[in-house]
Amino acid sequence: MGETGRQLRSKDIVGIKDLSREEIELILDTAVGFKDVLRRDIKKVPTLRGKTVVNLFFEPSTRTRTSFELAAKRLSTDVINFSVSASSVVKGESLIDTATAIQALGADVVIIRHSSSGVPHLLADHLNASVINAGDGINEHPTQALLDAFTIMERFGGISGLSIAIVGDILHSRVAKSNIYCLRTLGADVRLIGPPTLIPEGLFDPDIEVFHSMEEGLGDVDVVMMLRIQMERQDTGFFPTTDEYFRLWGLTRERLALARPDAVVMHPGPMNRGIEIVSDVADSPQSVILDQVTNGIAVRMAVLYLLSGARSGG
Amino acid sequence: MKKGLNLLIRNGHIVDPSQGIDGKGDVLVEDGRISDVRLRSPEPEPPVGPGIEIIDAEGLYVLPGLVDMHVHLREPGYEHKETIRTGTTAAVRGGFTAVCCMPNTKPVNDNETVTEFILRKAYAEGACYVYTIGAITKGQKGEELAEMGMMRDAGCVAFSDDGLPVSKSLLMRRALEYSKVFGVPVISHAEDLSLSAGGVMNEGALSVRLGLRGIPAEAEIIMIKRDIELAALTGGRLHIAHVSTAGGVAAVREAKRAGIDVTAETCPHYFTLTEEAVAGYNTNAKMNPPLRTERDVEAVKEGLADGTLDVIATDHAPHHMDEKLCEFDRAASGISGLETALPLCLRLVDEGVLSMSGLVEKTALNPSRITGIGKGSLRRGSTADIVLLDRDREFTVDAEGFASMGRNTPFDGWRLKGVPVAVICKGRVHENG
Repeated sequence: MGETGRQLRSKDIVGIKDLSREEIELILDTAVGFKDVLRRDIKKVPTLRGKTVVNLFFEPSTRTRTSFELAAKRLSTDVINFSVSASSVVKGESLIDTATAIQALGADVVIIRHSSSGVPHLLADHLNASVINAGDGINEHPTQALLDAFTIMERFGGISGLSIAIVGDILHSRVAKSNIYCLRTLGADVRLIGPPTLIPEGLFDPDIEVFHSMEEGLGDVDVVMMLRIQMERQDTGFFPTTDEYFRLWGLTRERLALARPDAVVMHPGPMNRGIEIVSDVADSPQSVILDQVTNGIAVRMAVLYLLSGARSGG
Repeated sequence: MKKGLNLLIRNGHIVDPSQGIDGKGDVLVEDGRISDVRLRSPEPEPPVGPGIEIIDAEGLYVLPGLVDMHVHLREPGYEHKETIRTGTTAAVRGGFTAVCCMPNTKPVNDNETVTEFILRKAYAEGACYVYTIGAITKGQKGEELAEMGMMRDAGCVAFSDDGLPVSKSLLMRRALEYSKVFGVPVISHAEDLSLSAGGVMNEGALSVRLGLRGIPAEAEIIMIKRDIELAALTGGRLHIAHVSTAGGVAAVREAKRAGIDVTAETCPHYFTLTEEAVAGYNTNAKMNPPLRTERDVEAVKEGLADGTLDVIATDHAPHHMDEKLCEFDRAASGISGLETALPLCLRLVDEGVLSMSGLVEKTALNPSRITGIGKGSLRRGSTADIVLLDRDREFTVDAEGFASMGRNTPFDGWRLKGVPVAVICKGRVHENG
């Protein structure tokens, strides 16, 4: 798929911040080819036949796990889903023991999701298998950012120079973090919108513009990227109630009208309708939320291919 | 001839701030006690008595044995991390001849029975002298005062809930008031838990970049300020453990100017490392309080230089490998610090932050005075706790070679300078390398 000679430097993808612009572009270019595959009648290619991919999920997930599983199956790999509940970890086996045992089963790629930041990095250091970060704590979710970038490229033809607003719980969102690194690396103008408790002063790159009002922040943007509000944040006092959150930072039709007329709305899912986004907007022609889901498979195929196919091929 | 240790340590560079000594000379030890310290003079040397072993200290510093007023020896209860035997052996390797151990053992040292157990064990097995710090509150739970008086009688030299703050202000007030009877300090682990909640490293751009939950400097500063106010209110003796922030140093400085009875310590990692050491999710750089910023490091050095910070302690916190080789969030906090502290402190002398004499004050004399243990000096009549330091000998830190069972150190592989080549303690001469 990818042009000969271009490949990723590392055996792992633990975060966007470790990828160069060239590497991000290589993944996105490669995904274009796989998107074509997904449009065919027979959506499967034999590229990675004989490889074993393990989904090692320490946090419940349906979407990301299914997307990786489907991507791996489309490439003809054998896929094993290994879900570990937090309680069984507490009971005994250490993370490293779990991971090395999975490697001993013959895994070529380990896709890891964990509630603690840095776990993919720890596994990458201890495993010979490729490690893909499917979300670690409040750190990164690199394939989500890649599929978001792919979706924006599909709509606008490029990313450089676009004005992109990321709205919501920036502090605790691994999706937001990866998107900030990815979109800025690709030359977009990124701004953040949300309550000050979720975008604390002085913690983000000072040249990223921060708005605490939707009305001020959404003016003339090309992309409105909404984040999922995690209900438990309410209990820790980052904002008083979800009702008030919706009143101040919910994406409504009126607020979306402040953006450019051809602006698109994105959401990594699952959505809380009526809390961060109204159904009118989520289901409108401006929404590319379902494209994101489809593109997720193509991008994850590209990542799997580049890590286990292209690299071993030299 | 006396049956104890009899030594003549000749021609070393003696530094003993307790007597204002800083020059070449001899130290005479008779029957395990220092009987004479003579600076080199034109007069002929007195003859060496029979049965006295001579140690040539030419080219070496001769210092009082170092005193670490903040260590965790883990026994009883956590012998997989460290024991009194291994911890004190590590201390002697590092140049320490006396340590004060924190009460967060299992069971907690919150009663005279545990105190007696530790002291008895240390007497029999300890390579150096061990003093105990009792818990302020029962079970370190922060709910009610522990039996300070009985623990004092059993030998405790200070009280602390180290590892945890005393969150309730009223209880801290009572501790500072009540402890006045015994004239021993209350040591504050200054952390506002409701502010640091869930944090695992210093809060700032780097914590966001690593996706790790941050602990703002204010979690320390607020608690230091509270405890200073309570010390002023009660007239109790307050000692602030492991100061890591510029704001904390400033608060202590201001309190001292106002005449409040407060002393404070910092640790080598707080003047040597910044939060950058955490990058790559290095659990060996996970500390509590966390490593801070360059600005804080500079402020800690200034605090040492101007006397705001009285003591350098190690906060020696050995852990089992499995407690560090895991998720950063779950990893234990702390450093196995006894065997790297002295060379790290010597860097301050190289940088001109401290004189050699100043260093001995921070690491021997002041901690001894604060805890009232009567060590940290080469005065005539003192027990012979002496360090012979080869100031210029370089070595590579090798955690695997530590005497401590804790190999958790961010300094593994560092090239450092300064080896305590001989440490005299408890009537024995321990030679290193």
